[in-house]
Amino acid sequence: MHLPPHTRRSFLRQAALASAAGLAGLRAADTVTLPFENGERRLVQFPQKRPLIVQTSRPPQLETPFAVFNDGLITPNDAFFVRYHLANIPLAIDPDIFRLAIKGLVKAPLTLPLAEIKTQFEPAEVIAVNQCSGNSRGFFQPRVAGGQLGNGAMGNARWRGARLKDVLDKAGVAAGAKFVVCNGLDQPVLPQSPDFIKALDLDHARDGEVLLAYEMNGEPLPMLNGFPLRLVVPGYFGTYWVKHLSELTVTAEEFDGFFMKPGYRIPDTAGGCIEPGTAPKSTIPINRFKIRSFLTSLENGAQLPAGRATVLRGIAFDSGQGITEVLVSDDGARTWRPAELGQDLGKYSFREWTFAWTPPQPGAHEVKYRAVNRIGETQPLEPLWNPPGYLRNVVETTKVTAASMP
Amino acid sequence: MKAAAFFSSALFVTLVSASEVTITLPPETAAFKPGAGAELAQANCMTCHSAEYIATQPRMPRKFWEAEVKKMKEKFAAPLADENLAALADYLTAAYGIPEKKAP
Repeated sequence: MHLPPHTRRSFLRQAALASAAGLAGLRAADTVTLPFENGERRLVQFPQKRPLIVQTSRPPQLETPFAVFNDGLITPNDAFFVRYHLANIPLAIDPDIFRLAIKGLVKAPLTLPLAEIKTQFEPAEVIAVNQCSGNSRGFFQPRVAGGQLGNGAMGNARWRGARLKDVLDKAGVAAGAKFVVCNGLDQPVLPQSPDFIKALDLDHARDGEVLLAYEMNGEPLPMLNGFPLRLVVPGYFGTYWVKHLSELTVTAEEFDGFFMKPGYRIPDTAGGCIEPGTAPKSTIPINRFKIRSFLTSLENGAQLPAGRATVLRGIAFDSGQGITEVLVSDDGARTWRPAELGQDLGKYSFREWTFAWTPPQPGAHEVKYRAVNRIGETQPLEPLWNPPGYLRNVVETTKVTAASMP
Repeated sequence: MKAAAFFSSALFVTLVSASEVTITLPPETAAFKPGAGAELAQANCMTCHSAEYIATQPRMPRKFWEAEVKKMKEKFAAPLADENLAALADYLTAAYGIPEKKAP
Protein backbone atom coordinates (compact mmCIF):
# COMPACT_ATOMS: atom_id res chain seq x y z
CA MET A 1 0.00 0.00 0.00
CA HIS A 2 1.25 3.43 -0.77
CA LEU A 3 0.13 5.05 2.44
CA PRO A 4 2.02 8.30 2.48
CA PRO A 5 4.37 7.83 5.36
CA HIS A 6 3.89 9.35 8.73
CA THR A 7 6.36 12.12 9.30
CA ARG A 8 7.77 13.15 12.60
CA ARG A 9 10.61 15.15 13.96
CA SER A 10 13.02 13.04 15.87
CA PHE A 11 14.09 15.44 18.61
CA LEU A 12 15.78 12.79 20.67
CA ARG A 13 17.91 11.55 17.85
CA GLN A 14 18.83 15.06 16.84
CA ALA A 15 19.75 15.97 20.39
CA ALA A 16 21.88 12.85 20.78
CA LEU A 17 23.60 13.41 17.49
CA ALA A 18 24.21 17.07 18.14
CA SER A 19 25.71 16.48 21.56
CA ALA A 20 27.77 13.51 20.44
CA ALA A 21 29.22 15.36 17.51
CA GLY A 22 29.25 18.79 19.04
CA LEU A 23 27.20 20.00 16.14
CA ALA A 24 24.92 22.55 17.68
CA GLY A 25 22.56 23.89 15.06
CA LEU A 26 22.52 20.74 12.94
CA ARG A 27 19.17 20.52 11.26
CA ALA A 28 16.75 18.18 12.99
CA ALA A 29 16.58 14.75 11.41
CA ASP A 30 13.10 14.20 10.07
CA THR A 31 12.09 10.62 9.60
CA VAL A 32 9.32 8.78 7.82
CA THR A 33 8.17 5.23 8.36
CA LEU A 34 7.39 3.27 5.22
CA PRO A 35 4.58 0.82 5.95
CA PHE A 36 6.55 -2.40 6.21
CA GLU A 37 8.86 -3.96 8.77
CA ASN A 38 12.04 -1.94 9.36
CA GLY A 39 10.62 0.91 7.28
CA GLU A 40 11.97 3.90 9.19
CA ARG A 41 14.01 6.22 6.98
CA ARG A 42 15.54 9.66 7.35
CA LEU A 43 14.45 12.63 5.25
CA VAL A 44 17.54 14.53 4.10
CA GLN A 45 18.10 17.36 1.68
CA PHE A 46 20.68 16.53 -0.98
CA PRO A 47 22.02 19.10 -3.48
CA GLN A 48 19.35 20.46 -5.87
CA LYS A 49 16.75 18.43 -3.97
CA ARG A 50 14.11 19.01 -1.32
CA PRO A 51 14.24 16.63 1.66
CA LEU A 52 13.73 13.13 0.28
CA ILE A 53 13.54 9.67 1.82
CA VAL A 54 17.07 8.33 2.24
CA GLN A 55 17.28 4.69 1.30
CA THR A 56 21.07 4.91 1.26
CA SER A 57 23.33 7.92 1.56
CA ARG A 58 26.42 6.56 -0.29
CA PRO A 59 25.82 6.19 -3.13
CA PRO A 60 22.68 8.33 -2.89
CA GLN A 61 19.41 6.48 -3.25
CA LEU A 62 16.54 8.83 -2.53
CA GLU A 63 12.83 8.09 -2.69
CA THR A 64 10.13 10.65 -3.40
CA PRO A 65 7.66 11.15 -0.52
CA PHE A 66 4.38 9.84 -1.88
CA ALA A 67 2.40 13.01 -1.14
CA VAL A 68 4.32 14.69 -3.99
CA PHE A 69 2.33 12.65 -6.49
CA ASN A 70 -0.85 14.42 -5.44
CA ASP A 71 0.61 17.84 -6.29
CA GLY A 72 0.45 17.44 -10.06
CA LEU A 73 1.19 15.10 -12.94
CA ILE A 74 4.74 16.35 -13.40
CA THR A 75 7.19 15.41 -10.66
CA PRO A 76 9.35 18.45 -9.84
CA ASN A 77 13.08 18.04 -10.44
CA ASP A 78 13.86 18.67 -6.78
CA ALA A 79 11.50 15.88 -5.74
CA PHE A 80 12.50 13.33 -8.38
CA PHE A 81 13.89 10.05 -7.04
CA VAL A 82 17.61 9.23 -7.23
CA ARG A 83 19.13 5.82 -7.76
CA TYR A 84 22.85 5.08 -8.11
CA HIS A 85 24.60 1.74 -7.87
CA LEU A 86 28.24 2.72 -7.35
CA ALA A 87 29.61 5.37 -5.03
CA ASN A 88 32.24 6.94 -7.26
CA ILE A 89 29.77 9.42 -8.71
CA PRO A 90 30.56 12.68 -10.49
CA LEU A 91 30.30 15.68 -8.17
CA ALA A 92 31.62 18.27 -10.61
CA ILE A 93 30.96 18.36 -14.34
CA ASP A 94 31.72 21.15 -16.74
CA PRO A 95 29.16 20.92 -19.56
CA ASP A 96 31.56 22.81 -21.83
CA ILE A 97 34.09 20.01 -21.46
CA PHE A 98 31.70 17.07 -21.29
CA ARG A 99 31.74 14.78 -24.35
CA LEU A 100 29.72 11.82 -25.54
CA ALA A 101 31.73 9.22 -27.47
CA ILE A 102 30.06 6.98 -30.06
CA LYS A 103 32.28 4.09 -31.05
CA GLY A 104 32.41 0.40 -31.87
CA LEU A 105 30.67 -0.87 -35.00
CA VAL A 106 30.16 2.54 -36.57
CA LYS A 107 31.47 3.97 -39.81
CA ALA A 108 32.62 7.24 -38.24
CA PRO A 109 33.31 7.26 -34.50
CA LEU A 110 32.20 10.54 -32.94
CA THR A 111 33.06 12.59 -29.90
CA LEU A 112 30.22 15.03 -29.46
CA PRO A 113 30.39 18.07 -27.22
CA LEU A 114 27.17 18.72 -25.35
CA ALA A 115 26.62 21.91 -27.34
CA GLU A 116 26.61 19.90 -30.58
CA ILE A 117 24.13 17.40 -29.17
CA LYS A 118 21.88 20.35 -28.42
CA THR A 119 22.33 22.16 -31.73
CA GLN A 120 23.18 19.59 -34.41
CA PHE A 121 20.23 17.28 -33.84
CA GLU A 122 16.53 18.08 -33.94
CA PRO A 123 15.30 18.34 -30.33
CA ALA A 124 12.56 15.93 -29.33
CA GLU A 125 10.34 15.98 -26.25
CA VAL A 126 8.40 13.36 -24.35
CA ILE A 127 6.58 13.34 -21.06
CA ALA A 128 7.52 9.99 -19.61
CA VAL A 129 7.49 8.11 -16.35
CA ASN A 130 10.78 6.84 -15.03
CA GLN A 131 10.34 4.06 -12.50
CA CYS A 132 12.96 2.08 -10.64
CA SER A 133 12.85 -1.67 -11.29
CA GLY A 134 12.65 -2.20 -7.54
CA ASN A 135 9.95 0.37 -6.85
CA SER A 136 7.70 -1.05 -4.08
CA ARG A 137 10.13 -3.88 -3.24
CA GLY A 138 9.53 -3.37 0.47
CA PHE A 139 6.00 -4.75 0.05
CA PHE A 140 7.15 -8.11 -1.32
CA GLN A 141 6.11 -11.16 0.67
CA PRO A 142 8.21 -13.09 1.26
CA ARG A 143 10.65 -10.20 1.60
CA VAL A 144 13.61 -10.10 -0.79
CA ALA A 145 17.06 -8.48 -0.74
CA GLY A 146 17.63 -5.08 -2.31
CA GLY A 147 16.58 -1.50 -1.80
CA GLN A 148 13.55 -1.61 0.49
CA LEU A 149 11.51 0.98 -1.36
CA GLY A 150 7.97 2.16 -0.85
CA ASN A 151 6.08 3.36 -3.91
CA GLY A 152 8.04 6.57 -4.44
CA ALA A 153 10.86 5.40 -6.71
CA MET A 154 9.05 6.79 -9.73
CA GLY A 155 8.44 10.14 -11.31
CA ASN A 156 7.02 11.78 -14.42
CA ALA A 157 8.93 14.51 -16.26
CA ARG A 158 9.07 16.34 -19.55
CA TRP A 159 12.34 15.25 -21.15
CA ARG A 160 13.99 17.10 -24.01
CA GLY A 161 16.98 15.92 -25.96
CA ALA A 162 18.38 14.48 -29.16
CA ARG A 163 17.04 11.21 -30.51
CA LEU A 164 19.48 8.36 -30.02
CA LYS A 165 18.53 7.25 -33.54
CA ASP A 166 19.76 10.52 -35.05
CA VAL A 167 23.08 10.34 -33.21
CA LEU A 168 23.61 6.72 -34.25
CA ASP A 169 22.72 7.61 -37.83
CA LYS A 170 25.30 10.37 -37.85
CA ALA A 171 27.97 7.90 -36.77
CA GLY A 172 26.61 5.35 -39.25
CA VAL A 173 25.89 1.93 -37.78
CA ALA A 174 28.01 -0.73 -39.51
CA ALA A 175 26.86 -4.13 -40.75
CA GLY A 176 26.46 -6.81 -38.10
CA ALA A 177 25.67 -4.38 -35.28
CA LYS A 178 23.03 -5.61 -32.84
CA PHE A 179 23.43 -3.77 -29.53
CA VAL A 180 24.24 -0.36 -28.14
CA VAL A 181 26.21 -0.51 -24.89
CA CYS A 182 25.69 2.59 -22.74
CA ASN A 183 28.05 3.86 -20.07
CA GLY A 184 28.05 6.93 -17.86
CA LEU A 185 30.56 8.77 -15.69
CA ASP A 186 29.60 7.01 -12.45
CA GLN A 187 32.11 4.35 -11.51
CA PRO A 188 32.78 1.75 -8.84
CA VAL A 189 34.90 2.65 -5.83
CA LEU A 190 37.12 -0.39 -6.39
CA PRO A 191 38.35 -0.69 -9.97
CA GLN A 192 37.76 -4.46 -9.84
CA SER A 193 34.04 -4.01 -9.17
CA PRO A 194 31.77 -4.09 -12.23
CA ASP A 195 30.97 -0.71 -13.77
CA PHE A 196 27.32 0.22 -14.24
CA ILE A 197 26.85 -0.36 -17.97
CA LYS A 198 23.61 -1.19 -19.77
CA ALA A 199 22.76 -2.38 -23.27
CA LEU A 200 19.82 -1.79 -25.58
CA ASP A 201 18.94 -3.85 -28.63
CA LEU A 202 19.89 -1.82 -31.70
CA ASP A 203 16.33 -1.83 -33.02
CA HIS A 204 15.11 -0.39 -29.73
CA ALA A 205 17.91 2.19 -29.70
CA ARG A 206 16.85 3.26 -33.20
CA ASP A 207 13.10 3.40 -32.62
CA GLY A 208 13.12 7.20 -32.52
CA GLU A 209 11.72 7.32 -28.98
CA VAL A 210 14.90 6.79 -26.98
CA LEU A 211 16.39 10.20 -26.19
CA LEU A 212 19.70 11.61 -25.04
CA ALA A 213 18.07 14.08 -22.67
CA TYR A 214 19.74 17.31 -21.60
CA GLU A 215 16.62 18.93 -20.14
CA MET A 216 14.15 17.79 -17.52
CA ASN A 217 11.04 19.90 -17.02
CA GLY A 218 12.65 22.77 -18.92
CA GLU A 219 15.84 22.85 -16.82
CA PRO A 220 19.22 21.15 -17.06
CA LEU A 221 19.07 17.77 -15.32
CA PRO A 222 19.88 17.88 -11.61
CA MET A 223 23.34 16.41 -11.05
CA LEU A 224 21.89 13.44 -9.15
CA ASN A 225 19.52 12.70 -12.04
CA GLY A 226 22.33 12.48 -14.59
CA PHE A 227 23.56 15.97 -15.51
CA PRO A 228 24.31 16.91 -18.20
CA LEU A 229 22.97 14.04 -20.33
CA ARG A 230 21.04 10.86 -19.66
CA LEU A 231 19.25 8.21 -21.63
CA VAL A 232 15.47 8.41 -21.60
CA VAL A 233 13.93 5.07 -22.53
CA PRO A 234 10.15 5.61 -22.46
CA GLY A 235 8.12 2.74 -21.03
CA TYR A 236 11.23 0.92 -19.78
CA PHE A 237 12.43 0.61 -16.22
CA GLY A 238 14.92 3.20 -14.97
CA THR A 239 17.86 0.80 -15.05
CA TYR A 240 18.23 1.60 -18.76
CA TRP A 241 18.11 5.37 -18.27
CA VAL A 242 21.90 5.67 -17.93
CA LYS A 243 22.94 8.88 -16.17
CA HIS A 244 25.90 11.16 -17.03
CA LEU A 245 25.91 9.31 -20.37
CA SER A 246 29.41 9.50 -21.80
CA GLU A 247 29.96 6.52 -24.04
CA LEU A 248 27.91 4.54 -26.56
CA THR A 249 29.51 1.43 -28.02
CA VAL A 250 27.80 -0.33 -30.90
CA THR A 251 28.48 -4.08 -30.77
CA ALA A 252 27.58 -7.36 -32.42
CA GLU A 253 27.80 -9.34 -29.20
CA GLU A 254 25.32 -9.23 -26.38
CA PHE A 255 26.80 -7.34 -23.43
CA ASP A 256 26.83 -9.45 -20.28
CA GLY A 257 28.28 -7.17 -17.59
CA PHE A 258 26.98 -7.62 -14.05
CA PHE A 259 24.11 -5.14 -14.35
CA MET A 260 22.74 -6.96 -17.42
CA LYS A 261 23.53 -10.48 -16.19
CA PRO A 262 22.90 -11.63 -13.49
CA GLY A 263 21.67 -8.17 -12.44
CA TYR A 264 18.30 -6.76 -13.50
CA ARG A 265 16.79 -9.98 -14.79
CA ILE A 266 13.27 -11.32 -14.40
CA PRO A 267 11.94 -14.85 -14.68
CA ASP A 268 11.31 -15.85 -18.28
CA THR A 269 7.60 -16.41 -17.63
CA ALA A 270 4.53 -14.69 -19.09
CA GLY A 271 4.31 -12.10 -16.31
CA GLY A 272 7.93 -12.16 -15.14
CA CYS A 273 6.82 -13.76 -11.90
CA ILE A 274 6.98 -17.16 -10.23
CA GLU A 275 5.62 -19.01 -7.21
CA PRO A 276 6.67 -17.04 -4.12
CA GLY A 277 9.84 -18.33 -2.54
CA THR A 278 10.97 -20.36 -5.56
CA ALA A 279 13.80 -19.85 -8.08
CA PRO A 280 13.27 -19.20 -11.81
CA LYS A 281 14.30 -21.79 -14.41
CA SER A 282 15.56 -19.12 -16.78
CA THR A 283 15.69 -15.34 -16.86
CA ILE A 284 15.62 -12.43 -19.31
CA PRO A 285 16.62 -8.77 -18.91
CA ILE A 286 13.95 -6.66 -17.23
CA ASN A 287 12.23 -4.48 -19.79
CA ARG A 288 8.88 -2.64 -19.84
CA PHE A 289 6.77 -1.33 -16.97
CA LYS A 290 3.64 -3.13 -15.98
CA ILE A 291 0.45 -1.14 -15.69
CA ARG A 292 -0.13 0.52 -12.28
CA SER A 293 -2.49 2.93 -10.56
CA PHE A 294 -2.39 4.78 -7.26
CA LEU A 295 -4.74 6.86 -5.18
CA THR A 296 -2.86 10.01 -4.19
CA SER A 297 -5.46 12.21 -2.46
CA LEU A 298 -6.07 10.08 0.64
CA GLU A 299 -3.68 8.18 2.84
CA ASN A 300 -4.42 4.88 4.45
CA GLY A 301 -6.39 5.55 7.60
CA ALA A 302 -7.89 8.81 6.34
CA GLN A 303 -11.25 9.95 7.65
CA LEU A 304 -13.87 11.34 5.33
CA PRO A 305 -17.49 12.35 5.67
CA ALA A 306 -20.21 9.74 5.33
CA GLY A 307 -23.28 10.50 3.28
CA ARG A 308 -21.71 12.85 0.76
CA ALA A 309 -19.25 12.64 -2.08
CA THR A 310 -15.50 13.04 -1.71
CA VAL A 311 -13.46 13.34 -4.88
CA LEU A 312 -10.77 10.66 -4.96
CA ARG A 313 -7.78 11.55 -7.13
CA GLY A 314 -4.95 9.42 -8.36
CA ILE A 315 -2.56 8.54 -11.16
CA ALA A 316 -2.15 5.63 -13.56
CA PHE A 317 0.49 4.66 -16.09
CA ASP A 318 1.69 1.79 -18.21
CA SER A 319 4.55 1.17 -20.61
CA GLY A 320 3.13 3.19 -23.48
CA GLN A 321 -0.01 1.48 -24.71
CA GLY A 322 -1.91 4.25 -23.00
CA ILE A 323 -4.37 4.19 -20.10
CA THR A 324 -7.95 3.87 -21.29
CA GLU A 325 -9.81 3.23 -18.05
CA VAL A 326 -9.44 3.38 -14.28
CA LEU A 327 -12.01 1.48 -12.25
CA VAL A 328 -12.90 1.92 -8.59
CA SER A 329 -14.42 -0.62 -6.21
CA ASP A 330 -15.66 -0.14 -2.65
CA ASP A 331 -17.05 -3.65 -2.21
CA GLY A 332 -13.99 -5.87 -2.17
CA ALA A 333 -13.52 -5.99 -5.97
CA ARG A 334 -16.99 -7.40 -6.62
CA THR A 335 -18.17 -4.43 -8.65
CA TRP A 336 -16.19 -1.70 -10.37
CA ARG A 337 -17.22 1.76 -11.51
CA PRO A 338 -15.28 3.93 -13.99
CA ALA A 339 -13.31 6.95 -12.85
CA GLU A 340 -12.94 10.11 -14.93
CA LEU A 341 -9.65 10.34 -16.77
CA GLY A 342 -7.83 13.68 -16.82
CA GLN A 343 -5.78 15.37 -19.50
CA ASP A 344 -3.78 13.08 -21.77
CA LEU A 345 -0.15 14.20 -21.62
CA GLY A 346 1.02 11.36 -23.83
CA LYS A 347 1.10 7.60 -23.68
CA TYR A 348 4.21 7.44 -21.48
CA SER A 349 2.96 9.96 -18.89
CA PHE A 350 1.09 9.65 -15.63
CA ARG A 351 -2.64 9.97 -16.37
CA GLU A 352 -4.80 11.58 -13.72
CA TRP A 353 -8.03 9.96 -12.58
CA THR A 354 -10.79 11.27 -10.33
CA PHE A 355 -13.82 9.60 -8.85
CA ALA A 356 -16.57 11.22 -6.80
CA TRP A 357 -17.15 8.62 -4.12
CA THR A 358 -19.90 8.59 -1.54
CA PRO A 359 -19.20 6.01 1.16
CA PRO A 360 -22.18 3.61 1.18
CA GLN A 361 -22.42 3.80 4.98
CA PRO A 362 -20.43 5.11 7.95
CA GLY A 363 -17.56 2.95 9.12
CA ALA A 364 -14.46 1.32 7.65
CA HIS A 365 -14.10 0.97 3.89
CA GLU A 366 -11.53 -0.36 1.49
CA VAL A 367 -11.22 1.49 -1.79
CA LYS A 368 -9.55 -0.41 -4.62
CA TYR A 369 -8.59 1.04 -8.00
CA ARG A 370 -7.42 -0.64 -11.13
CA ALA A 371 -6.15 0.69 -14.45
CA VAL A 372 -6.78 -0.82 -17.88
CA ASN A 373 -4.79 0.02 -21.01
CA ARG A 374 -5.53 0.15 -24.72
CA ILE A 375 -4.78 -3.55 -25.21
CA GLY A 376 -6.79 -4.66 -22.18
CA GLU A 377 -3.95 -5.22 -19.74
CA THR A 378 -4.86 -4.61 -16.13
CA GLN A 379 -3.54 -5.19 -12.61
CA PRO A 380 -3.76 -8.41 -10.59
CA LEU A 381 -5.86 -8.46 -7.41
CA GLU A 382 -3.17 -10.44 -5.60
CA PRO A 383 0.51 -9.48 -5.66
CA LEU A 384 2.86 -11.37 -7.94
CA TRP A 385 6.37 -12.30 -6.85
CA ASN A 386 9.90 -12.76 -8.19
CA PRO A 387 13.26 -13.11 -6.38
CA PRO A 388 14.69 -9.65 -7.22
CA GLY A 389 11.52 -7.82 -6.16
CA TYR A 390 10.70 -6.25 -9.54
CA LEU A 391 7.52 -5.45 -11.49
CA ARG A 392 5.10 -4.99 -8.60
CA ASN A 393 1.72 -3.89 -9.92
CA VAL A 394 -0.93 -5.33 -7.63
CA VAL A 395 -4.29 -3.54 -7.37
CA GLU A 396 -3.69 -1.14 -4.47
CA THR A 397 -6.15 -0.67 -1.62
CA THR A 398 -6.71 2.43 0.50
CA LYS A 399 -8.37 1.90 3.87
CA VAL A 400 -10.51 4.82 5.00
CA THR A 401 -13.15 5.52 7.63
CA ALA A 402 -16.36 7.33 6.81
CA ALA A 403 -17.70 9.27 9.78
CA SER A 404 -20.97 11.10 10.29
CA MET A 405 -20.02 14.72 10.39
CA PRO A 406 -22.33 17.54 11.36
CA MET B 1 34.21 6.02 -19.42
CA LYS B 2 36.83 6.72 -16.80
CA ALA B 3 36.09 10.24 -15.62
CA ALA B 4 39.65 11.02 -14.62
CA ALA B 5 41.07 10.04 -17.99
CA PHE B 6 38.27 11.90 -19.68
CA PHE B 7 39.01 15.15 -17.96
CA SER B 8 42.80 14.96 -18.00
CA SER B 9 42.85 14.21 -21.70
CA ALA B 10 40.73 17.19 -22.53
CA LEU B 11 42.57 20.19 -23.90
CA PHE B 12 40.47 22.45 -21.74
CA VAL B 13 41.57 20.97 -18.47
CA THR B 14 43.45 24.08 -17.41
CA LEU B 15 40.61 26.41 -18.25
CA VAL B 16 38.43 27.43 -15.38
CA SER B 17 34.91 27.48 -16.69
CA ALA B 18 32.07 29.38 -15.16
CA SER B 19 29.73 26.70 -16.38
CA GLU B 20 30.99 23.89 -14.15
CA VAL B 21 28.33 22.41 -11.92
CA THR B 22 29.53 21.10 -8.58
CA ILE B 23 27.64 19.56 -5.71
CA THR B 24 28.57 18.67 -2.15
CA LEU B 25 26.86 15.68 -0.61
CA PRO B 26 25.58 15.92 2.97
CA PRO B 27 27.74 14.26 5.63
CA GLU B 28 27.29 10.52 6.00
CA THR B 29 25.94 9.72 9.44
CA ALA B 30 24.82 6.08 9.26
CA ALA B 31 27.02 3.73 11.27
CA PHE B 32 27.06 0.00 11.97
CA LYS B 33 25.52 -1.30 15.17
CA PRO B 34 28.08 -2.30 17.79
CA GLY B 35 28.75 -5.99 18.28
CA ALA B 36 31.30 -8.73 17.70
CA GLY B 37 32.52 -8.39 14.14
CA ALA B 38 31.35 -4.79 13.65
CA GLU B 39 34.93 -3.85 12.82
CA LEU B 40 34.82 -6.24 9.85
CA ALA B 41 31.75 -4.51 8.47
CA GLN B 42 33.29 -1.13 9.15
CA ALA B 43 36.53 -2.05 7.38
CA ASN B 44 35.04 -3.91 4.41
CA CYS B 45 31.46 -2.89 3.62
CA MET B 46 32.01 0.83 4.16
CA THR B 47 34.70 0.97 1.51
CA CYS B 48 32.05 0.98 -1.18
CA HIS B 49 28.75 1.91 0.46
CA SER B 50 27.09 3.38 3.52
CA ALA B 51 25.68 1.31 6.37
CA GLU B 52 22.04 1.83 5.30
CA TYR B 53 22.56 -0.84 2.64
CA ILE B 54 22.47 -3.30 5.54
CA ALA B 55 20.37 -1.47 8.10
CA THR B 56 17.33 -1.09 5.79
CA GLN B 57 17.05 -4.79 4.96
CA PRO B 58 14.27 -6.86 6.47
CA ARG B 59 15.22 -9.19 9.31
CA MET B 60 16.52 -12.26 7.54
CA PRO B 61 18.24 -15.53 8.53
CA ARG B 62 21.97 -16.20 8.34
CA LYS B 63 21.83 -17.75 4.85
CA PHE B 64 20.56 -14.41 3.50
CA TRP B 65 23.54 -12.57 4.98
CA GLU B 66 25.93 -15.31 3.88
CA ALA B 67 24.68 -14.88 0.32
CA GLU B 68 25.14 -11.11 0.50
CA VAL B 69 28.71 -11.42 1.78
CA LYS B 70 29.48 -13.96 -0.95
CA LYS B 71 28.00 -11.68 -3.61
CA MET B 72 30.11 -8.76 -2.43
CA LYS B 73 33.28 -10.83 -2.54
CA GLU B 74 32.64 -12.71 -5.77
CA LYS B 75 30.68 -10.18 -7.85
CA PHE B 76 31.92 -6.86 -6.47
CA ALA B 77 35.50 -7.86 -5.62
CA ALA B 78 35.23 -6.85 -1.96
CA PRO B 79 38.69 -7.60 -0.52
CA LEU B 80 37.31 -9.95 2.14
CA ALA B 81 39.65 -12.60 3.46
CA ASP B 82 38.14 -16.08 3.35
CA GLU B 83 38.70 -16.53 7.08
CA ASN B 84 36.52 -13.46 7.77
CA LEU B 85 33.49 -14.45 5.71
CA ALA B 86 31.81 -16.49 8.43
CA ALA B 87 32.52 -13.92 11.13
CA LEU B 88 31.05 -11.13 9.00
CA ALA B 89 27.92 -13.17 8.26
CA ASP B 90 27.65 -13.91 11.98
CA TYR B 91 27.82 -10.21 12.83
CA LEU B 92 25.27 -9.19 10.18
CA THR B 93 22.90 -11.93 11.32
CA ALA B 94 23.24 -11.00 14.98
CA ALA B 95 22.97 -7.24 14.44
CA TYR B 96 20.45 -7.04 11.57
CA GLY B 97 18.98 -10.48 11.00
CA ILE B 98 17.26 -13.33 12.72
CA PRO B 99 19.82 -14.91 15.06
CA GLU B 100 19.94 -18.68 14.88
CA LYS B 101 18.69 -20.61 17.87
CA LYS B 102 21.52 -22.16 19.77
CA ALA B 103 21.47 -25.93 20.00
CA PRO B 104 20.24 -27.02 23.45
